[in-house]
Amino acid sequence: MINDSAVFWSRILTEVTLSFHIIYATIGVGVPILIMIAQWIGIKNNDEHYILMARRWARGFVITVAVGVVTGTVIGLQLSLLWPNFMQVAGQLIALPLFMETFAFFFEAIFLGIYLYTWDRFENQKKHMLLLIPVAIGASMSAVFITVLNAFMNAPQGFDIVDGQLINIQPLVAMFNPAMPTKVAHVLLTAYMTCAFLLASIAAYRLLRGSTHEYHKKSLYLLMKLGFIFAVATAIVGDFSGKYLAEYQPEKLAAAEWHFETAPNAPLVLFGVLDDGEVKYALKIPFALSILAHNNPTAEVIGLDQFPVDEHPPYYIHYLFDGMVMIGMFMVALSLIYLLALWRDWTFIQTKWFRWIVVAGGPLSVIAIELGWWLAEVGRQPWLLRGIMRTEQGATTSEYVDLMLILFSGLYFILAVGSILALQRMFKNNPIENEIARRKERDFV
Amino acid sequence: MSLELIGICVLWAFLFGYVIIASIDFGAGFYNAYSVLTNRSDVLSDVIKRYLSPVWEVTNVFLVFFFVGMVGFFPQTAFYYGTILLVPVSISLILLSIRGAYYAFESYGMAGHKGYATAYGLAGLLIPASFSVVFTISEGGFVEMVNNYPQLNYKALFTSPLTWSIVVLSIVAVLYISAVFLTWYAHKARDHKASNLMRKFALIWSAPLAISAVGIIIEFRGHNPFRFEKMVSVWWLFAISAILFFVTTWLLWMKRNYGMMVILLFSQFALAFFAYGISHYPYLLYPYLTIHDSFTNKEMAIALIIVFILGAALLIPSLILLFKLFVFNKDYVRGIHDEHV
Repeated sequence: MINDSAVFWSRILTEVTLSFHIIYATIGVGVPILIMIAQWIGIKNNDEHYILMARRWARGFVITVAVGVVTGTVIGLQLSLLWPNFMQVAGQLIALPLFMETFAFFFEAIFLGIYLYTWDRFENQKKHMLLLIPVAIGASMSAVFITVLNAFMNAPQGFDIVDGQLINIQPLVAMFNPAMPTKVAHVLLTAYMTCAFLLASIAAYRLLRGSTHEYHKKSLYLLMKLGFIFAVATAIVGDFSGKYLAEYQPEKLAAAEWHFETAPNAPLVLFGVLDDGEVKYALKIPFALSILAHNNPTAEVIGLDQFPVDEHPPYYIHYLFDGMVMIGMFMVALSLIYLLALWRDWTFIQTKWFRWIVVAGGPLSVIAIELGWWLAEVGRQPWLLRGIMRTEQGATTSEYVDLMLILFSGLYFILAVGSILALQRMFKNNPIENEIARRKERDFV
Repeated sequence: MSLELIGICVLWAFLFGYVIIASIDFGAGFYNAYSVLTNRSDVLSDVIKRYLSPVWEVTNVFLVFFFVGMVGFFPQTAFYYGTILLVPVSISLILLSIRGAYYAFESYGMAGHKGYATAYGLAGLLIPASFSVVFTISEGGFVEMVNNYPQLNYKALFTSPLTWSIVVLSIVAVLYISAVFLTWYAHKARDHKASNLMRKFALIWSAPLAISAVGIIIEFRGHNPFRFEKMVSVWWLFAISAILFFVTTWLLWMKRNYGMMVILLFSQFALAFFAYGISHYPYLLYPYLTIHDSFTNKEMAIALIIVFILGAALLIPSLILLFKLFVFNKDYVRGIHDEHV
């Protein structure tokens, strides 16, 4: 029994929930590491600015983490509410990383509570900083375990199906599936990168708004440096992802690159439009797809012609791929230019227009995260578990999914507005200049 | 002890943990909203906030742990409960999200904001009400199988007196547990004004709690004779729980030994919760689903139990540290330090 409208609305609701959750989840994974780095530099160099940086980021982090936690709870339950038939099967095969994730999350939650409420309680600042290690590990491990589940959906293994029965189940083999290494690395690195550029964009914005405080300059420099490292690492992992796809999910790569005919010397198609099955107005980089797929300019790349049409992912994922990669490249270039300019004393990085570009970098990185997840999820279609369960087979059969979509959309709107207002009030009422002045006064007394 | 029994005991214990911690949390949110709205936040808000702030996120994890563990150990629950609970649990989730997020917004961004405080205070009371429907559904009689797929009969559910008596019990229990706990907590904080006020609330809610608990037992009799029989078979557990309830209330009335009172409170609810759980055995969803036929494969079960043991080894010391630093730290409880980020 398949309820077509329930399938459709379940897909939309899951997409809306994930698209909203991923913003806060990304911040939740990346920011603890950045707080830790800033606090560490502050302690090492005995520089109060970095300590304050850690403190202020931690303060804002509380708000985003709250939304991350509740929307994470929502998606955790929506998996069973919207995809009960899928979870019944997945529960038997891949429940292990989900269960591990709750422990990682638990661990993170406990130490985050302790960290936030023990500023200045310890004589030795280093001890306080140590509390962040479990927070950062917990946050990153949560992302690892959830991504393992997603990787499994792309490359299911660790079981056999005999007469419709699941047998020979090996939970660890299911976890360490071929999609896992590149996916996990990609998710973690892009989270770190996005957070660095998001915070950099705030620093650049404060500078644009007329603050000339040393604090923002230090923070911008630190973040652009970190952002650059993570962005380059992301690009390298992206290359490995291409090779993984070519080997294990060639239809996903082919659809993303509009590679219809299996052929050697494959060019990489950028942008363009599809007109009656033909690619027009596209930018073609010769041999690039063969290199991406096999590290060899003449290698043969499997095209969509090898797959029945009803197993093709939607072709529009091509644009998602292009958008994601373009933003990634742009951020590598932007941070590189910034660092080069600092080194060579080029002053154009202090101009307004350049700072506006840096400001745009944060939101752009978030857009790249969204595009990446849409690509990952839509690119797996029509499968929920690749090769095993089609999306419509996993969905719920109950009524009212459309009504739930309306309710949850309203919820996300309220959460978005609430979190933005709370963050705005938190920092507007307490700019860095005031905070430093207040601390000086207190120390003086 | 079979693997499925170990699994369900662990999950039930976590659910109990959630019920208690969340009750304190939700009730506290409600009392806080009440005090903000009546312009008496000077009496209550401080002590409530000091308890809640470092632990609120941990509360939520207990819930996540329960449902993830449930799908892990008993994957078929995802199919049955996932299909029928779409609407009720979605409503709980929306309330839970508003409550959790607006708690953080109000505490860290907009202290004393009346709208925000009311939003999370009220949402907190409605959450137990909406979650309690799951217990009602598990009793059977509200689910039919149509083409091999379970379907919830909303009309039967919402017109059943059993549903509403469980809803009332859940709300009253939240207000009672929270008030008793905060009486002790405020007393420890040497905030006698707050402690006396919470004591008053606790006493007010004790009678409705007793009445609604008895009411449910009567409802049960008419709803499902088989389940009623099973409950009667563990009557002595319920009886001990009732005695503990009277001792708790008596201590509260006499203003004596608040520490012991809280321990008795937890024991009272633990006994009732486990007595209910035992009477529910072996059904997860009466009469369609038992813990035996819905259990996962052996490999996964063993893997999950190993992870649970390792995870517990990591978490229990961490939880003890958390409680030592805050709930059981005299200076912190009394508000001598203000070390928030």
